[in-house]
Amino acid sequence: MNVLEIIRFALRGLTINRLRTFLTTLGIMIGVSSVIILTAVGNGSSKAVQQSLDRLGTNSIQVRSGSSGFGARARAVSNNTKPLTILDAAALNDPKQVPDVKQAAPIANANATCVNGSSTSTPATFSGTWPSYFEASNNQVVKGSYFTLDDVNQGRRVAVIGNTTATELFGTDNPIGQTVKCAGIPFTIIGTTAIKGSSGFTDGDSLFLAPITAVENSITGYQPLSAIIVEAKSSKVTDLAQAEIQTVLDTRHKVRGTSSRDYRLFNQASLLATSSSSSQVFTVLLAAVAGISLLVGGIGITNIMLVTVIERTREIGIRKAIGAPKGVILSQFLIEATILSLVGGALGVIGGYIGSHFTIVGVKPVVMPSSVFLAFGVSVLIGLFFGGYPASRAASLRPIEALRHE
Amino acid sequence: MDNQTSNASVVIDVRKAVKKYGSGESAIYALAGVDLKIYAGEYVAIMGPSGSGKSTLMNMLGALDIMTSGQYFLDGIEISSMDENALSVVRGRKIGFIFQSFNLIPRTTALANVELPMAYQGIKSAERKKRALAALQVVGLTDRVSHEPTELSGGQQQRVAVARALATRPSLLLADEPTGALDSKSTEDLLDLFDQINAAGRTVVVITHEHDVAQRAKRVIRMRDGKIISDTLNANQGVSA
Ligand SMILES: Nc1ncnc2c1ncn2[C@@H]1O[C@H](COP(=O)(O)OP(=O)(O)OP(=O)(O)O)[C@@H](O)[C@H]1O
Ligand SMILES: [Mg+2]
Repeated sequence: MNVLEIIRFALRGLTINRLRTFLTTLGIMIGVSSVIILTAVGNGSSKAVQQSLDRLGTNSIQVRSGSSGFGARARAVSNNTKPLTILDAAALNDPKQVPDVKQAAPIANANATCVNGSSTSTPATFSGTWPSYFEASNNQVVKGSYFTLDDVNQGRRVAVIGNTTATELFGTDNPIGQTVKCAGIPFTIIGTTAIKGSSGFTDGDSLFLAPITAVENSITGYQPLSAIIVEAKSSKVTDLAQAEIQTVLDTRHKVRGTSSRDYRLFNQASLLATSSSSSQVFTVLLAAVAGISLLVGGIGITNIMLVTVIERTREIGIRKAIGAPKGVILSQFLIEATILSLVGGALGVIGGYIGSHFTIVGVKPVVMPSSVFLAFGVSVLIGLFFGGYPASRAASLRPIEALRHE
Repeated sequence: MDNQTSNASVVIDVRKAVKKYGSGESAIYALAGVDLKIYAGEYVAIMGPSGSGKSTLMNMLGALDIMTSGQYFLDGIEISSMDENALSVVRGRKIGFIFQSFNLIPRTTALANVELPMAYQGIKSAERKKRALAALQVVGLTDRVSHEPTELSGGQQQRVAVARALATRPSLLLADEPTGALDSKSTEDLLDLFDQINAAGRTVVVITHEHDVAQRAKRVIRMRDGKIISDTLNANQGVSA
């Protein structure tokens, strides 16, 4: 009996038992596609975290005034707090003292409402700073230009604004060259930044940046800095840069011990590491759910295959009684199982890819090829084993034993 | 006579066949030492009370089961020492087996059922179909070839089973209570068929409870408690063994 004939037998077996064929295929399909979709959701959410991490810049560090401790001790030292000054910012730009720092910029925040005719806007971030701020904070001007060091030295009232602020003040008009009044002071818009999206609770595009001199002269007055933003040379040396910053500031602020520091360092990357690790937990959780669904799918396949073989043991007995060799019976059942699991697995992969096109619980799924191979491989193996093994057991029975099977 | 292992006219030669179920105290001897010779062209009926070991013997003769001890020669070849693969060839080529419960493959047409044993022998599709149709014609089912078992009456199903057993042209036709599930009309038709098959030179062995079925055979063997207790020729013929 040739192979083609056995394949024909197998196909006939599949078409004869349509419901079983359908259920088995469905079981494998659901198992495979759910693994693909669930891991894609987990993967997508960690990709999203990674993206916002990249957007924030992993090599930027913020220095802010205040103690790092809490409670009585922290209050006790607060009397000796020295404010952050322009000179601190300048010191953090000295390559001799801080070799792993690329640049640093002072930040003087203000709370100001800007007016253009009847439109008003209160930017979430209204800061006076240096041009190096843009790179350090990962903000790019896409229209118009940056303000320059010369603008800072001359105290020119020019500003770069974010997309939200631009829309609130000018609608769809081109803001470049227009003048707005912020806290009563006129500023000329010279640039707008690339859309950043929101990170956490603040809108990254509700932004108003001007030379620090202009902001201090006309709005805030000469106050301590709100913060200094520092850019490390790369994300790899962020820790080194942080240590160098501490050495410089400890000297300048005459800090005796690490617990009495009057400033704090914030590292975006370390803040995000927390959320990133929680998204990893999420991925692991989803993978576990996916694994369980594969297991359940596998048990489903196993169940149907076992029931089928038990149901077909009599048939195997008849076939043996009329002279079917064991090998032929086994091949027929193995081919049936192979076709079922391959077709089910392939449909599952297609279903997985289709399902991953939809946004699920706010996450855009990203399919992991490894999950596709794993899910497909496991389901095919389960199908083959549990289709093949009981069939081989039944085919090894003497015909009379198989026929007596109830 | 027991030494004549390769006598051409002997189809079945069973020696000291024992089939034991269970072990120790609770052991049951379904066959307790059976010696039996059946010659080519014979028509034998096996009778006996329920549990006397008729089916056990028949399954042994059909190579569907193995004996605990003893020897079985079919056409002079020892079957009792063969492995499964060799046995499947014997089942396919030498034996046509008819069951009380028909044992057709479900959801498969009469034609495909009759073709099946030939397919396992590697006979080409066209030849297979020709022979299957011929066999179905012999049993009078030419108009039912594409019906599935559930669409056929009990008598028709049994005739499909007979056609399946005949199509491979076996030297030996074995039937375990073939009329057990049939009405008297179907029984009559089937027995006519057996007469016809036997008249064509094939050896036929039938298990039955019914005397009128046994009456059609030329030789009647009676069993009890796993042993042959009588072996007689019908009509005017004498004891054969
Ligand atoms: N698989 C088995 N396990 C244990 N005992 C069995 C088995 N098959 C048959 N027997 C026993 O062997 C004995 C002979 O059984 P067998 O089927 O040959 O009887 P039979 O003559 O065909 O009876 P019936 O006329 O009812 O069909 C019985 O006592 C039966 O209980
Ligand atoms: Mg019986």
